[in-house]
Amino acid sequence: MDIALQINGTTEHLDIAPGVTLLDALREHLGITGPKKGCDRGQCGACTVHIGGRTALSCLTLAATVRDPVTTVEGLSTSDGLHPVQQAFADQDALQCGFCTPGQIMSAVAAAAQGIDDPDEVREFMSGNLCRCSAYPNIVAAVRRAGAEERRTDATV
Amino acid sequence: MRPFELTVPATVDEAVASGHTFLAGGTTLVDLMKLDVVTPPRVADITALPLRGISTEDGLRIGALERMSDVAAHPGVPPAITRALTLSASQQLRNMATIGGNLMQRTRCGYFRDTTMPCNKRSPGSGCGAIGGTNRMHAVLGASRHCAATHASDLAVALVALDAELRITGPDGTRALPLTDFYRTPGDTPDIENDLRSGELITDVLVPHPEHAANSTYVKIRDRRSYEFALCSVAATLEVTGGVVAEARIAAGGVGTIPWRLPGVEAALRGEPATESSFAAAAEIAAHGAEPLAHNGFKVPLLKRTLVRALLDLTGGGER
Repeated sequence: MDIALQINGTTEHLDIAPGVTLLDALREHLGITGPKKGCDRGQCGACTVHIGGRTALSCLTLAATVRDPVTTVEGLSTSDGLHPVQQAFADQDALQCGFCTPGQIMSAVAAAAQGIDDPDEVREFMSGNLCRCSAYPNIVAAVRRAGAEERRTDATV
Repeated sequence: MRPFELTVPATVDEAVASGHTFLAGGTTLVDLMKLDVVTPPRVADITALPLRGISTEDGLRIGALERMSDVAAHPGVPPAITRALTLSASQQLRNMATIGGNLMQRTRCGYFRDTTMPCNKRSPGSGCGAIGGTNRMHAVLGASRHCAATHASDLAVALVALDAELRITGPDGTRALPLTDFYRTPGDTPDIENDLRSGELITDVLVPHPEHAANSTYVKIRDRRSYEFALCSVAATLEVTGGVVAEARIAAGGVGTIPWRLPGVEAALRGEPATESSFAAAAEIAAHGAEPLAHNGFKVPLLKRTLVRALLDLTGGGER
């Protein structure tokens, strides 16, 4: 079936089977490989993207049912540089192998935007993103740093 | 995933007339289709249907296609429902999954999800792998010799405690049904899980008296602190007048094959002092009729203790 997806500000036209997930449409059909296929069962969070500005698991989303704009980790940075959350992950050393990092960052962007700062609340919010390297302490630090940066920027606007 | 046809009905009437399998948030259906546990030939994407909105004008009404995260964030939703929702799944899944879909989610029983294993729910007559197998997560209440799978929803437990009703539309029209009459224990037909008939669609969830749940909570005990299904959970409302329990509504999750209302405990609490000792006395009958399997006997004392903790939370005496 013919579908149109808005991915990172660009409209993409695809001819796919109804059972193709958004994750497979991105990775296999469009070459957008930021979202990762970890479990492919909605359990690990490595495939996390934003749909209509909200986090969602692209592995449990059928591409043909997506009507709202999609943002992947590739859509975060600008010509001015990394997104503040990406920069915070780099600064806080919030990754080891990096496989889960694009999904972690997409959830972290939502956490920072919602002003979640308490360490327990950050851990709760990020619990749907597993990290086999167990970089969790630094991930929590990066989420908090990014949120603080966002509030500081807001205050000076 | 096996090939299937995807349709997009424009109206509720068109959807219920189609006879297709309904797809909303997809967090259960797409998962089970990948596992070949369900293999529908035709799937109807119902996410564009006008089944949204949260109203508090005449009781609480929640459109079936409202997402879990949006319902949890609504100020008119009672604490038991908010807590049940925010303790469910992960934030990504809560953004995707709908209220109607949550109530229709399938069990997490590992034998049900594995097509190489026997399962009377997935494949009637093939046997139950869990009853003689690994059954730590399984039900101690409401099981039969054919099935002991628990119902996985946290929300359903809270809604059962709050006397919620479903509004259902089908080929023969619209009907209302108390949620307590919706779910079915497995008996001889574990494959039949609820009262929904062919083509029927849940359109709304109603809580007629949300004011009864002003003092309410949901306590969930699990193996991990977050992002895990319940070993045991309790939804409770408590109305106390002059130190005496005037009314209580209680349901348990993680222990039954369906969300398990506890009318005997509610009756035992009414008229008693709102103290830990009377809570503990009433909790003694919570697991009445329990039939533990080899690995899940711990759920009997766990249910009693979770119940006492929920009631203490509602009298200001509990710990988080």
